[in-house]
Amino acid sequence: MNLKDWFQNRKEEQMAARPSEVVAIDDDIAKLWQKCYNCDTQLLKKELEHNLMVCPHCDYHFRVNARTRISQLVDEGTFQELNSNITAGDPLEFVDTESYKERLRKANEKNDMNEAVVTGLGEIDGEKVALAVMDFDYMGGSMGSAVGEKVTRIIEKALELKLPVIAVTASGGARMQESALSLMQMAKTSCAVAKMNEAKLLYITVLTEPTFGGVTASFGTLGDIIIAEQGARIGFAGRRVIEQTIRQKLPSDFQTAEYLLKYGQIDNISKRSELKATLSNILKIHKRKGQ
Amino acid sequence: MAVLEFEKYVYEIENKIEELRKISAESGMDLSNEIETFEKQKEEYKKELYDNLEPLQKLQIARHSERPNFLDYINLMTTDFMEMHGDREGSDDRAIIGGIARLDGRPVMIIGTMKGKTTKENLEYNFGMPQPQGYRKALRLFEHANRFALPIITLIDTPGAFPGIKAEETGQGIAIAVNLKEMAKLEVPIIAVITGEGCSGGALGLAVANKVLMLEHAYYTVISPEGCASILWRDASKAAQAAEALKITANDLLKFDIIDGVVKEPIGGAHYDPQMTANNLKQMLLSSLDEMANMSAQELKDDRYSKFRRMGVFNE
Repeated sequence: MNLKDWFQNRKEEQMAARPSEVVAIDDDIAKLWQKCYNCDTQLLKKELEHNLMVCPHCDYHFRVNARTRISQLVDEGTFQELNSNITAGDPLEFVDTESYKERLRKANEKNDMNEAVVTGLGEIDGEKVALAVMDFDYMGGSMGSAVGEKVTRIIEKALELKLPVIAVTASGGARMQESALSLMQMAKTSCAVAKMNEAKLLYITVLTEPTFGGVTASFGTLGDIIIAEQGARIGFAGRRVIEQTIRQKLPSDFQTAEYLLKYGQIDNISKRSELKATLSNILKIHKRKGQ
Repeated sequence: MAVLEFEKYVYEIENKIEELRKISAESGMDLSNEIETFEKQKEEYKKELYDNLEPLQKLQIARHSERPNFLDYINLMTTDFMEMHGDREGSDDRAIIGGIARLDGRPVMIIGTMKGKTTKENLEYNFGMPQPQGYRKALRLFEHANRFALPIITLIDTPGAFPGIKAEETGQGIAIAVNLKEMAKLEVPIIAVITGEGCSGGALGLAVANKVLMLEHAYYTVISPEGCASILWRDASKAAQAAEALKITANDLLKFDIIDGVVKEPIGGAHYDPQMTANNLKQMLLSSLDEMANMSAQELKDDRYSKFRRMGVFNE
């Protein structure tokens, strides 16, 4: 009997026994486990975290939030967060089936964040960098004014300090609740990247699962080097929109990192376990004399 | 002229007036007082109607099949236009057209999205939905204009960049992103005009400009009201609410400093008098060009950067 079956059996037995305290213990035990979305294996959460949230059996890359991502990439103790006080307003007083204010409140409650991007300075293998790391768990990583502002400010900080920038994206696109104001963040962040080009400073983007819409069509794909994380789906339009428009079946690997690589849209793919080393290598090769 | 649902009453009055004229002509009765009264009522009703359109009604005008398109504006307000085709990489996307022309005698580069008025034309122009190759052609023309100091005018009327397999394979997102970034570097005046639909990144990909203008009944938004309704309300029929919530009209966008000016349309919309619309647009383009005539390359770049740098509303 493998561990998964044992766990399943035990749960069934205990459910049958049904004294409430046993069920409670059972819930606690369940919290220790995470089922792999790809191969269904029950994984011990601790082990999964130790393995950078990658399934040891099938190599499935679980999505990771911004804080976890930063801890995986940045040398311990070197990250200094900036502009964490910048948060979303509600300029349009937007209400759909729920108000934007309420959605923001819930997102703040659910996450260890107050916006969909964390920005700051840190070191990767001793190389100083400016970082913008997006978080899909926060309102689908959508880009509104606050996200655009934080990304722009960290780029401006890098321009001032002459540092490379790494942007790690995970986003469903622009934040609809801010309408044209969120659309303009695409222009704002891209104009900031233009200044990186003119200053000949290195800008690297890491596209992770999933990166779509307004982030793909702005700072996400403007990297001097574009790396996609293994398994990430990346695109401009969503799969459903494309299917509805062209009424054709899409290839099964459509919009995967591997697909984009085949069509020449990204420089390379990295497994999560190799991402830090990949970035470190890029940073070191592009380092100018005296920097 | 295709009549929109909310305009029907105007046509009913017009029919009544027509009837009265006929009766008057046939019977020899003098009905001029009655006709005049109806005419006056009609004009008052129209003014009231078109000054207070709901966002969804404006949307219908912006999407009107007879609304003037890019080539109409070229014919109505420029001279010496020569189209410059192709991205030099194997494609000539017809959804984006551009070339050199004169505006009131002044040399300019003028580029825009193109929509058809018939099904046949719309198939040629892909309903105004560009492919990545269209954005790359536009970028080629931007850079040409930059080398030869031609001011750039873009006219935008698009439901969005095309969502398709080939578009994704050849980098729709990247093509738009690159335009946003490269437009920031240009050293000539840029004026962008939303003439009809200004939908999402597909519109913005031609709109990183020093001056952004909008026609009175055009709309500019991050997502179509229908798309927004189907995602947030999970019900595409809630488009009217979405159109309201998204604040897509020229007046809304003026308030948020996203646009710099509104081009007046004739009563009922641009399609009722394309020449008057083109004249109004031309006047605003010329005065915008005048405003920027003495700016240096660096000033133009700084002006454009700081314009977009300021955009957004957040707490700090």
